[in-house]
Amino acid sequence: MTTIGRFQVDYTRFLDPRGEATQPLPDFALDPEKLIPLYRAMVLTRTFDTKAIALQRTGKLGTFASALGQEAIGIGVAAAMRAEDVLVPSYRDHAAQLMRGVTMAESLLYWGGDERGSDFAGPRDDFPICVPIATQVCHAAGAAYAFQLRGEARVAVCFLGDGGTSKGDFYEALNFGAVWKAPLVVIVNNNQWAISVPRSMQTAAQTLAQKAIAAGIEGCQVDGNDIVAVHHAARQAIEKARSGGGPSLIEALSYRLGDHTTADDASRYRDPAVVQEHWTFEPVVRLRNHLVRLNAWDPQREEQLVRECTEAVNAAVETYLATPPPTPEAMFDHLYRTLPTALHEQRDMALRFAPHEGGGHG
Amino acid sequence: MAELNLVEAINHALAYELAQDPAVVLLGEDIGVNGGVFRATAGLLQRFGAARVVDTPLAETAIAGTAIGMAAMGLKPVAEIQFSGFIYPTLDHLINHASRLRNRTRGRLSCPLVLRSPCGAGIHAPEHHSESPEALFAHVPGLRVVIPSSPSRAYGLLLAAIRDPDPVIFLEPTRLYRLFKQEVADDGEALPLDVCFTLRSGSDVTLVSWGAMVHETQAAADALAQQGIMAEVIDVATLKPLDMATILESVGRTGRCVIVHEAARTAGFGAEIAANLAEEGLYTLLAPVRRVTGYDTVVPLARLEYQYLPSVERIVAAVHKTLEGA
Repeated sequence: MTTIGRFQVDYTRFLDPRGEATQPLPDFALDPEKLIPLYRAMVLTRTFDTKAIALQRTGKLGTFASALGQEAIGIGVAAAMRAEDVLVPSYRDHAAQLMRGVTMAESLLYWGGDERGSDFAGPRDDFPICVPIATQVCHAAGAAYAFQLRGEARVAVCFLGDGGTSKGDFYEALNFGAVWKAPLVVIVNNNQWAISVPRSMQTAAQTLAQKAIAAGIEGCQVDGNDIVAVHHAARQAIEKARSGGGPSLIEALSYRLGDHTTADDASRYRDPAVVQEHWTFEPVVRLRNHLVRLNAWDPQREEQLVRECTEAVNAAVETYLATPPPTPEAMFDHLYRTLPTALHEQRDMALRFAPHEGGGHG
Repeated sequence: MAELNLVEAINHALAYELAQDPAVVLLGEDIGVNGGVFRATAGLLQRFGAARVVDTPLAETAIAGTAIGMAAMGLKPVAEIQFSGFIYPTLDHLINHASRLRNRTRGRLSCPLVLRSPCGAGIHAPEHHSESPEALFAHVPGLRVVIPSSPSRAYGLLLAAIRDPDPVIFLEPTRLYRLFKQEVADDGEALPLDVCFTLRSGSDVTLVSWGAMVHETQAAADALAQQGIMAEVIDVATLKPLDMATILESVGRTGRCVIVHEAARTAGFGAEIAANLAEEGLYTLLAPVRRVTGYDTVVPLARLEYQYLPSVERIVAAVHKTLEGA
């Protein structure tokens, strides 16, 4: 017998759960001033998340997918992207979206049931949230191909969850991206749960990162609650993709501290005591502890940040709630670039039978 | 002008658009070096290079899915699905994404892709190579569905499909690929989408068909003419959006309509046309609308496929039925 290949999957962590460095930090993390914006973005995301759930509970928002406990992944990755790169998110990626310049008001509009929430004023080429699991990885591979063909130094960065790695779309997209050597970076937010199905029942594979190996690309695992590790790995993968090195996959290990969405009750299928244990590892406190250790953060700054975040979130909520609903012709006016004649009558009907403001169908 | 068969006309249209628009990219299985299993892309890799005529790995889902990503980022991908029976893995992407991207981003992103696929029975192909899935796509808001019935319409409609700013499902009847040749001016002139083509004028009955069945329908019109029955023949060409005005105008004159399609009857696209006639044209009708379609059976393997396909005799019989008592 001859061994014709050997593969390994590396795991990286820089900060332990108490925020202590476990190994020399990468250059960017040596300067606390570089870490503080990441911390601020994580706190803003969590403030937003908390508010969105409260809005849903009081009937002011539709179903919402919380990113609680996974903020470091979106922020750490998006902070490694350039403006001209393209984010291809799933539905739990508002951390990355906010970092990219999607506004909180836009995000609320989307979850509040208004397509205008995906007409981002900021990152015009970023994809909208993708709901059908893992389909977006194919779109990201195609986007990456477009950049490559035109010789643009842009990278498509795609997010999915652990459950998504069970889908054919995920593997097919990795495979296409790898064959094309396209500028594609795939981030797996392994939060251990696909609604009620735990990671152990999702795959017999030891890691999700090793699925990259089958596609012929690099896959690594990072502590997804350590934003230094996430950002470091993302920077390496994105710059490798940008310089023609092809796709990479990063499995970021985290934990879904909240329900799957506001329509879910996780206490039906997992032990709240176990969830409580995972609060020990969550990313926001970890980075704060690290900054405090460096004397770069204190309770006064924390208090001020919380106040700023709350104000920003409240302002976004006001903007969202003050946005009148779209008028019925909006259903038709963006279906095709030019509405086919065959649809004119239906559009007219939608206008004629539009329920009056405040009233439902009578 | 060159004499081209339908698959050559497809090839010319692809070449024309690759040459004049650098955003056009072809992708699919065996379309590059091999030139496509039906030769639709023959010679294009050599002319335009492997970056624009892309032999993909064997995965239909990702062919559709990556085409969407390319289209959203400004390319004009023309994806080939090798046979219509292999088109079903693409449905998730076409229905959930290609058809909706413009709407769900309020026009910020769009999806100007073409998905080409052979369709239909009649060439003694293996299992899963003979389906007519047009009604599945016609049900999806946001898509266009086009089926040519001649080399010149294949050329002009494919150019229009590639230039269209929204996703187009372009189904090519395999039975017509090499059935006959026709003068086709390779002049880059597109035909209009969203309109039916009236191929023959008549006063007694309107025959409405598309794809390969247009030929049986025209043969039936010939046979009927011998009997003194003048049939108008309409090639629907673009099923979605449907140009009902042309059909209604014709039926308004003839008072009778027979719809001919190869796909199974139940919830086939003929039902949509018949329903529209019932809603908008009932009082002009002198007889019930009839459908001549494939049976509600699985498309049989080669030895029975011509028992399945609507024949000239079945079309003529249906027309006779609409004329009974007239």
